Amino acid sequence: MNVPTMAEMMAQGKQPEVLFWVGCAGSFDDRAKKITKAFVKILNKANVEFAVLGTEESCTGDPAKRAGNEFVFQMQAMTNIEIMNAYEVKKIVTACPHCFNTIKNEYPGLGGNYEVMHHTQFLKTLLDEGKMTIEGGSYKGKRITFHDPCYLGRANEVYEAPRDLIQKLEVELVEMKRCRINGLCCGAGGAQMFKEPEKGNKDINIERTEDALEVKPEIIATGCPFCNTMMTDGVKVKEQENEIEVLDIAELIANAEEL
Amino acid sequence: MQYIPNILFAILLVVGIGYFTRNVKKLIRNIKLGKPLDRSDNSNLRWKNMINIALGQSKMVRRPIAGILHIIVYVGFIIINIEVLEIVVDGLFGTHRILSFLGGFYSFLIGSFEILALLVIVSVTIFWIRRNVVKLKRFWNKEMKGWPKEDGNLILYIETVLMVLFLTMNASDVHFQEMHAGNPISRFIADILPSNPDTLHIIERVTWWLHIAGILFFLNYLYFSKHLHILLAFPNTYYANLEPKGKFKNNETVKKEVEMMMDPSADPFAAPAEPTEEEGEPEKFGASDATDLSWVSLMNAYTCTECGRCTSVCPANQTGKELSPRAIMMKTRDRMEEIGKNIDKNGSFQDDGKQLLNDYITPEELWACTSCNACVEECPVNIDPLSIIMEMRQYLVMEQSAAPQELNLMMTNVENNGAPWQYNQMDRLNWKDED
Repeated sequence: MNVPTMAEMMAQGKQPEVLFWVGCAGSFDDRAKKITKAFVKILNKANVEFAVLGTEESCTGDPAKRAGNEFVFQMQAMTNIEIMNAYEVKKIVTACPHCFNTIKNEYPGLGGNYEVMHHTQFLKTLLDEGKMTIEGGSYKGKRITFHDPCYLGRANEVYEAPRDLIQKLEVELVEMKRCRINGLCCGAGGAQMFKEPEKGNKDINIERTEDALEVKPEIIATGCPFCNTMMTDGVKVKEQENEIEVLDIAELIANAEEL
Repeated sequence: MQYIPNILFAILLVVGIGYFTRNVKKLIRNIKLGKPLDRSDNSNLRWKNMINIALGQSKMVRRPIAGILHIIVYVGFIIINIEVLEIVVDGLFGTHRILSFLGGFYSFLIGSFEILALLVIVSVTIFWIRRNVVKLKRFWNKEMKGWPKEDGNLILYIETVLMVLFLTMNASDVHFQEMHAGNPISRFIADILPSNPDTLHIIERVTWWLHIAGILFFLNYLYFSKHLHILLAFPNTYYANLEPKGKFKNNETVKKEVEMMMDPSADPFAAPAEPTEEEGEPEKFGASDATDLSWVSLMNAYTCTECGRCTSVCPANQTGKELSPRAIMMKTRDRMEEIGKNIDKNGSFQDDGKQLLNDYITPEELWACTSCNACVEECPVNIDPLSIIMEMRQYLVMEQSAAPQELNLMMTNVENNGAPWQYNQMDRLNWKDED
């Protein structure tokens, strides 16, 4: 798999078009790594000149900030900014809405000014510019619902790019009763991913999975590695894992193109 | 002797408006106890938001039934209050229906007020049924026990009484009824009133006085009620956050310290700079009491009308957790009221051994938040409960190291190995060669 690093690029005197910010989930989580690879395959197919930071990448600090630890957040942020500024990074794409939100919104105040895109926005641009094509392939005619990640949707008002991509797959896109601005959280945000929920009568991901099951989809599409985990778990709890797949939009496209 | 009613009226007006003004000053003082936050930018967009969201009620109609009924009551109240102008002039100068020289236009005005008054009564009745008969869930959360529940109903009763008084006042006004114009509703009430002109005159006078006294009472009731939103919705939407909802503010004090730590030219052995007099006490990180919050958060708290839309969309609340964004706002307001009364009594705030944290808002509530922004998105007047939750989390973590154990572990991992899990940063690119 062709995954150049910024360091290698620099050694060759090259400046990539875009930095692919992989994120911690995309680097370490077994499920999320598949999303990372799917996205890289698309980038390579579309001949996008990209690079990753590799071992120079570190957590954006998002979970620390949402947990209330501004110190750890700013230390992480400033370290990352120092590295990215040294590489003169201009444009960043990431498959994680949390990384996307933090780098886009909270890094500028700490000296990191970049054009930041969520991978669905980036893929939409590739499509619009004719650098890639999407066909339904094996997904043609399937019933797909999209779960809006909070940090992509409400937090940054990106609702259309993921939907536009899904529709290109010639599928039947069905909306849950709570979608877009009314989308229900998967339960992972605000550092909840890393702790047990407080006492209650239900887990949030189950509540959300029930929303999805109501529209009887064959596939639940997401655009966030954490939403993916939560929805996958929810589908398992509901014993629907043989009927319903939870897939990232990058995976849908890569699979459809048989990459 | 004939001026006694005029004098009584003037006294009523001065007392009513005077007491209200005094409480508004207190309100402004309390809000100003919050920390500074600059929201003076982008005034064009702010005006636009205020006109759309507060005046135009654009976010109310996201829930169509409540939204449309609310608009009727709102429009009714604003428009019918034009009539108050006439009442004030009549009251002060002893005139009767001073504006009736407008003729047909006057009839048109009063006639539309009457229709609106009836619509208000109908809407308010439906509101009452939704609260007390249908028992909509959001009006029965646990923070809605006691005063908040009574307050909600009391407002509906006062509004109904004011409308009935207005209509009865018109119905008992013999001269007005004889014009046979502008009385589309009151003519039916006139039919059931006694026909004796003296009795009618008494009814007319009594309802006239009760109507204006009721309005002044309601004005003064606002400060003690959730109903304050009819005024504060305007500044609240004007000063609301314009940035993307996912953008949380970066702490400037932390920024200075982290910059110093990362500066290669800084002398690690240098003695820390003596705090200058201007700096005073070292700044507290985050918020443990209401006055640690920004003035915008405090204004948010006073603006909240406890409709509970935020709580009804909160993922934590829907799954039975302690957290309710509405309760966060109500508790912040209640604590501010307590602080305000403390200042009224003692001249300046004297430590009462209480804080917003623990005494009002528990860590359990704060840790249940997923920061999903559903509450912020939902609020019809752009209140932001999330920023209060985040400020208080900062206090728990940075001042008290009181995060849940798993979060401490996560933060240690981020600090030590650059990921929330215990993986080595050097393994970050391993995925490339895995199958």
